[in-house]
Order: sequence, then structure tokens, then C-alpha cells
Amino acid sequence: MIEVKPMEYEAVIGLEVHAELSTKSKIFCSCTTEFGGQPNTHCCPICLGMPGTLPVLNRKAVEYAIKAGLATNCTISLFTKQDRKNYFYPDLPKGYQISQYDLPLCKDGYVEIETENGKKKIRINRIHIEEDAGKLVHSEYGNYSFVDYNRTGVPLIEIVSEPDISSAAEAKAYLEKLKAILQFIGVSDCKMEEGSLRADVNISVRPKGSKQLGERTEMKNLNSFRAVYRAIEAEVARQIEVIKSGGVIHRETRRWDDAKGESYPMRSKEDAQDYRYFPEPDLPPLIIKKELIERLKNELPELPDARKQRYISEYGLPEYDAGVLTSSKELSDFFDEAAKVSTNVKAVSNWVMGDMLRILREKNMEIAEIPFSPAYLAKLVALIDKGVINGPTAKKVFEEMFDTGKDPETIVKEQGLEVLNDESVLLEVVERVIQENPNSVADYKKGKKKAIGFLVGQAMKATKGKANPQLINELLIKKLEG
Amino acid sequence: MKLHEYTISQLHDLISKREISVPELTRYMLDRIESLDSKLECYITVTEKQAMEQAEKVQKMIDEGTLNSPLAGIPMGIKDNICTRGIPTTCASKMLSNFVPPYDAHVVKKLYDNGAVLLGKLNMDEFAMGSSTESSHFKKTKNPWDTERVPGGSSGGSAAAVAAGEAIYALGSDTGGSIRQPASFCGCVGLKPTYGLVSRFGLVAYASSFDQIGPLTKTVTDCALVLNAIAGHDPMDLTSSRRQHPDYTKALVNDVKGLKIGLPREFIDDSVQKDIRDAVLNAVKVFSDLGAQCEEISIPIMEYVVPTYYIIALAEASSNLARYDGVKFGYRAANPKDMLDFCMRSRSEGFGTEVKRRILLGTYVLSSGYYDAYYKKALKARTIITREFNKAFEKYDIIIGPVSPTTAYRIGEKINDPVQMYMEDIFTVPVNIAGLPAISIPCGFDSKSLPIGLQIIGKRFDETTVIRAAYTFEQNTDFHKAWPSLNE
Repeated sequence: MIEVKPMEYEAVIGLEVHAELSTKSKIFCSCTTEFGGQPNTHCCPICLGMPGTLPVLNRKAVEYAIKAGLATNCTISLFTKQDRKNYFYPDLPKGYQISQYDLPLCKDGYVEIETENGKKKIRINRIHIEEDAGKLVHSEYGNYSFVDYNRTGVPLIEIVSEPDISSAAEAKAYLEKLKAILQFIGVSDCKMEEGSLRADVNISVRPKGSKQLGERTEMKNLNSFRAVYRAIEAEVARQIEVIKSGGVIHRETRRWDDAKGESYPMRSKEDAQDYRYFPEPDLPPLIIKKELIERLKNELPELPDARKQRYISEYGLPEYDAGVLTSSKELSDFFDEAAKVSTNVKAVSNWVMGDMLRILREKNMEIAEIPFSPAYLAKLVALIDKGVINGPTAKKVFEEMFDTGKDPETIVKEQGLEVLNDESVLLEVVERVIQENPNSVADYKKGKKKAIGFLVGQAMKATKGKANPQLINELLIKKLEG
Repeated sequence: MKLHEYTISQLHDLISKREISVPELTRYMLDRIESLDSKLECYITVTEKQAMEQAEKVQKMIDEGTLNSPLAGIPMGIKDNICTRGIPTTCASKMLSNFVPPYDAHVVKKLYDNGAVLLGKLNMDEFAMGSSTESSHFKKTKNPWDTERVPGGSSGGSAAAVAAGEAIYALGSDTGGSIRQPASFCGCVGLKPTYGLVSRFGLVAYASSFDQIGPLTKTVTDCALVLNAIAGHDPMDLTSSRRQHPDYTKALVNDVKGLKIGLPREFIDDSVQKDIRDAVLNAVKVFSDLGAQCEEISIPIMEYVVPTYYIIALAEASSNLARYDGVKFGYRAANPKDMLDFCMRSRSEGFGTEVKRRILLGTYVLSSGYYDAYYKKALKARTIITREFNKAFEKYDIIIGPVSPTTAYRIGEKINDPVQMYMEDIFTVPVNIAGLPAISIPCGFDSKSLPIGLQIIGKRFDETTVIRAAYTFEQNTDFHKAWPSLNE
């Protein structure tokens, strides 16, 4: 008998990422791109597509898109054009979206990601510019809807990856990397919750090792990195299940319901829209000058990967730490500022990655909302290193800094938190502790050396945590053994 | 001579010499519209109140010496697809019957800056789709030379108003002949400028890569005066040219000696009405007698110009007219079942037959599976046609021919034969395909005493030579002096 090994499957995943560019004005008019605002207050006849109006391309949007292309190793097209993508929807004022079809602004790039399985290059097929649509707001009181055109005409880039991604973890790493890059170069704030970063995921599965691609589905309505991760896990499992039970995957668009952790078919291939792309006659082709590309290249700041390398080589940080610190521009900038004025960068790194991220999480705060300057963190570390305060006190001071924004030195002085180093004072404390804890003392003397820990703790408590624990330890041992 | 028969330059003289005031002139024109327009139906909206206010204001500025334009105080009309702030701009469509733009088109702003007095908005084919002004949702404009006949189109209201003296001049728009053909049918002067010379901002788009605004006037001199005012770069229209335009009145020179003129034999073949052919050949003789060198040439690609034009124009139109979905402005269907029904019925009820036909055709040629066979091929043909004309212009300064193969036809005569109507655009559409400037000027009358237009086509941005040739022809002929009787 031949033993049949169960078939193993692998996932093939590609991402289409939309990022809103953080230009001040919209892509074809001078309206603000600011998020929020009363409905229909950030619009004008041009972005409302009123009869007779014409689009005027925002040069900044093109420059931002080129920067995104350069930062993701793309080739920038010297000749490119815009096209109309035609479809009807009430949130699309002109009945077409100005996008790019066959000549995208950027093409053939890649980003490098890192997961548990090591490093991997994810190729980028293209990055093109287009305009965002408005938003439908469904009435709570009746069978009708409202349209808010504030978002209409906000510049977007669509970043289309090759199907190089093979797991949810890789997809998440890719998204995180894209987000970090776009934030670092300052072209998008990438806030998924505000919709300034959105991802659609194309997923198919195939027998492991097969060269042929399986039929794919497209997943929409993914509003967080977590949703992307979960939707991919669920969809890969669903497709394998369908195939294993003899079924066939149909090309379709599915909608992810994050609350239920399930997806539903939205429309099949048969309902696929025919967008009737054709060149936008209101906008002449774009000739991109090499000098412009050079200038933008020179304007690019240090990218996440380069900064990570610098943290490793210059500061001697472990690769993992360097990776975490460069995962977001704000975090990395905060660390950089603190590290610049610190003699103990490793400790600064630990504080940032540990207590700082924990407090931010607990307080539900953004890095931008931190009320003190990064230099104060460096100061805090210096206070510990100089022995002015001990570790536990430092934690308290750090919390206090988040509440008041005060200089750690001021906090220490105001509250008298300096470490007690005065041996005569500490000796008194030690003697009292020995007197009050005969049992522990007996244990210690019987050879239970661990009991010393309890006694140190008692002494610390008696000094409200201010004592130098090292000194307490020494004094205790001297007393008990002497 | 009556006031409405005066040209812009003559009226400018009268106003300058204080022989007439702007309010008097405006009142006279409004009264003329009042008495005549029930018969001719040139206007969709008459802006009497605004016109009188504007007239008073302009007169004050003239008196104060702060306004010194040849157009100051001259009453005019504007085709109803050119946006006028606070004044309905309907495109002669039910769809936009309630649309009042909160902005002026670039050309309107420029005319206002020159002290122009707006009398009202002129009738046209719905969304400029047609060549007889019969597809207007509101009314059928009559040809002043024979009120049983069409004025041509789509700028039929503009041409008829100028020809009948219901406006001293008018603005029209020309996508495939919509200024020149009605100008020829009504016996006035109509210029389609080079694509990009005049800003399209505020012109309700039909086919964006062809649309141009231009003047309809009584004389070539008036044409140059209006063109001076409306031409020039507009940062709001990225397809408008940055080049400095010349003073077109400098081209008003009565001299064509040595001018090289090409007459394509395809423009005077048997498909053209005989008296039109004769009139064009007579024009050739006039030019030759004045020292121009006229030669017959061939543009063999002519058989492809109509399909090429219609494929590209309607593709663009299908997209340009997608914004009329009932959501933001314009006609909205009552009691929709759902979103799809809302959009579909608003469009079905708001657009007329010809507009729907063109949207469907345009949608078809862009559809997947047909794109390559139609749209893409038409783009290639466009390149070749443009090249053919540019090649001809290497040897010739201007190309002349008829504007239309027929003179004005009877109302209702062709409206049910769209293909026939499309085919008659054959001499005007290549000019739009290649983005060239071309003028229609009166060059004769047919056996029924209907006006015949001569088309003079020039090189890109060479309006100067076109105007010089037209002016010379006008100075040496009397056709432009004739007036329709109108049983007045």
C-alpha cells in the first residue's frame, strides 16, 4: 500500500494599500484635507464636481507620491498620465474617479520585512495617485442616506504589492513597514482608525510547492492591522476547507466582519464593474523631470531600515530593540532625541520600550501627547546612574512626569526622593528590622540565605523605598553575620 | 441704420462720443428681444434686471474714465452651457433646468472685466449635442433667414441672435462645429479658436478634448475684438495655453498677397450642395484675384474623421455627463425605490433622447472588449488626422472649404436621422480633432437665399492668419452686409 500524505497548502497574498497623502490641500482644488469638520464644509464647486469646473493638479501630491516611490525602491516614471475610472456611486461627485491606469507614477519597487521566519523582500508592483471619494452616512431615523463630501478629493496613493506574501504575519509586517516608511518620509499620517491608511487583501491558496496560482478572493473592510491579520487567517482556513471538501474557490469580493470574525461574499466576478478607464482629458500628461526626482531623493530623511542599522551599529542595541524602536516615526524620533543627550542609550531604550509604551497603553495616549521632552527621560536615566534615585523610585517619578510634565530633578527634589545613602540612618533602620522580624532572622541563621530578601524589603518599606538597597543589603549581612 | 445693425466697433464709437448711453442701448436691445424673440426663440433666459444694472454701472465707469475697452457697454448673449454666477445655466436640458452656478466661467469674468452687458442666456442643443438646436428641452430656435428652418447648432441660439440683432455679439462653444455651422446657417461670423487658446473653466463639458469657446459676431473685426478679450492663459484650466496671445486687431489687414491657400478636393466633392461648391470656388477666385496662391490638395483621411470624432467625443461625453445623477444638483426623480432606481430614473427622466443616445454610444466604445476596437483605434486615427493636417500646413498658410455640405434645412427634416446629421459634420470635426483654429464667414447665398459659410482653417495658434484672410475676404465682398428681412 502507498501511504498518502495529507496535502499541505500555502497561501498567496497580495495587498492593495491606500494611503491618504498629508498635503494641506486636496489633489485638484484648494480645499483643506483636514480630517473631521462639519459635513460638507471642506468642499467647493471643483471637488463637488459641479458643471464646468476643472481639476488643477496639486504638485505637492505628486511630489509626496514620488517620495513614497523612492522610499520603497520604485522606479519613477518620467512620463505618466491620469485616467478616469468610471462608476456611479453617490459619494463620487463626478461619476468617475481620477486615478491612473496603465502608466502609474511609480513601479517595480520592494520593501524588506522581517518575521519569525527571517527577512523577506515583498515586491511592489506599482504606486499610483488618485483622489479619495466622500462618505455616505446612513440616517438613523429613516430610509435615507446623507453624503459628506469633506473627504472627496483628498489625495491618495494606492500601493499594489506583488503576491509575495505567504502569511498573516507577513502581511502585518508588510503593512507595519509601509506605515513606518510613509510616516518617516512625512507623506502620510497612516491612521487606520481615521481611514488615512486602508488595505484590501487578495488571497488565494495552492498546494505547497505548486507554481500555479489558485483562484483568489478580495477582502474588504479591514479597519485595523489586527483585522487584516485575522481576516487572512480566517480566509486561508476557509479556502483550504472548501478545497479539501471538494469545493471550488470562486473569484469574488468578500466583506470582513471583525466583530464576528467572519467574512461574507459582497459581489462575484460576474458583477465586477467595467470601469471604462480612459485618459483624463482635463489633465495633460505629466512629464517628471530627473532633477525633481534627484531633489526629492535628497530630501528623503533617514528611512526606518537605515535608522535601525544605525541603532545597532552606533548604540549597540540588539536587533530586536532597534526594530521595535523604528517601527513608528514618532517612537523613533522620541528615542532619538533622548538618546542624543544620554550617556546610557541602552537604558533609555529599555525605558522607552518598557515603561513608556506600557504607560502610553494604559493611559491611551499618543506619543505626541507626552507632556515632557525626550531629554527629561535622559535626565531620569542619569539620575539613576548617578545613584540619586533608585529603580523603583524612578518608576514612580516617570509616572509623575506623565501626569505633570515636570522635570524629573524637580520631582525628586520637591518630594525628597533622593536615595538614602547615610549609613548612620540606614543602620538604625536595619537594626529595627532585625528586631521586629526574629523569625526571618532565625531562618537566615539556619542557612536560609533567601530570607535576606524579605528583610531588605522591610527596610526599603521603612524608608518609603528611598534607601539604597545595595547598602541595606551590605549592612544587613554585616549585622547578621557579625 | 438701426442700433441692432451696428457692429461692436461702431457702437463703441457712438458710446465714446456720448451719442448713445449704455443704458439706452441696453434698453433698446431688451425691447428688441421682447418684440422678436417670441418668434425666433433665441433666449432661454433674458436677464433684464441684471442687464440694466450692469449697463448703469458700466456707463458710470465710462464716465469716470475707469473703463476703456472696445467691448464696454456692448450688449451680448452667452450660450447656456457657459456658467454665469447667479444666473441659470441650463445647457438646454431638463437635467439642469434649476441649476444656478455659484461661479462665473473664465470667459464671462473676462467679458465683465471689459464692461460687457449680458442680455441673457442663449438656446442650444441639449448639452451641445446636435447641429440644429432642435434637441433643446425648452424651445426650437428659428433661423432668421427663414423661420421654418433651423439655425444650425449646437450654438443655434447664439448664431440666430447675432444674425437677427437680438445681441450685438454672442459666445458659443464648438466641439465639432457648433460655432461654425450655425454661423454659416445664419450668415454671421463664427470662430473656433485653437484648442487651449480660451479657458474652458465654466464651460459645461461635452467632450473635453475638443470643446472650445469662441465668438459669434457680425464682422471679422468684431470677432478679433471679442477674441482679444477672452483669449489667454487661465491657471484654473490646465489645458489652456501659457503662450502670450497677440493683439488680433493687428491682423485686420486687407492683404492676402502671397498667402498660400490649400483647397482639399475632398471638401468640394459631390456630397456638397452645388451652390455651396460654387460659393467656395468663387471664394477661391476672390483670393486668387487678390494675389493669394490657391491650390487643390488632398486629405485622403477625410472618410475617417466623422467616426473618429464621434467615438472620442462620445466616450468623453459619457463620462462628463456621469455627474448628473440627481444627488447634488439638477433634476431628481421623485419617490425612488432605492439608490439605483434614484440614479437611473433621474438620468432617464432628466436627459433627452439625443443625449441618452450619445451617452450609450460613448459607454459602449469604452466598454471592456470594445475599447481596443473603437476608442483605442480612434485615438490612433486622431493622431494620423492631426498629422495629415499638420503636413498640409507645412505647404499652406490656410486651408479653405465649406463649413457644411448643406445650407439650413427645415425644422424636423433631419431630426430622426441621426447618422445623416452626424455625417454632415464632416468638414468641421477634423478641425476639432486636430485642435486647429477655424472661422466661418459669409460667402454667398443659395438658390433659396439662405446664407452659405466659408471655412478658413489655420495652423495651431495662428488665429492671426485666419483673421487676416477672413478680413480681406470680407473687405472685398458684400455678403456680410445682408440682413434677414424678418418681416419687420
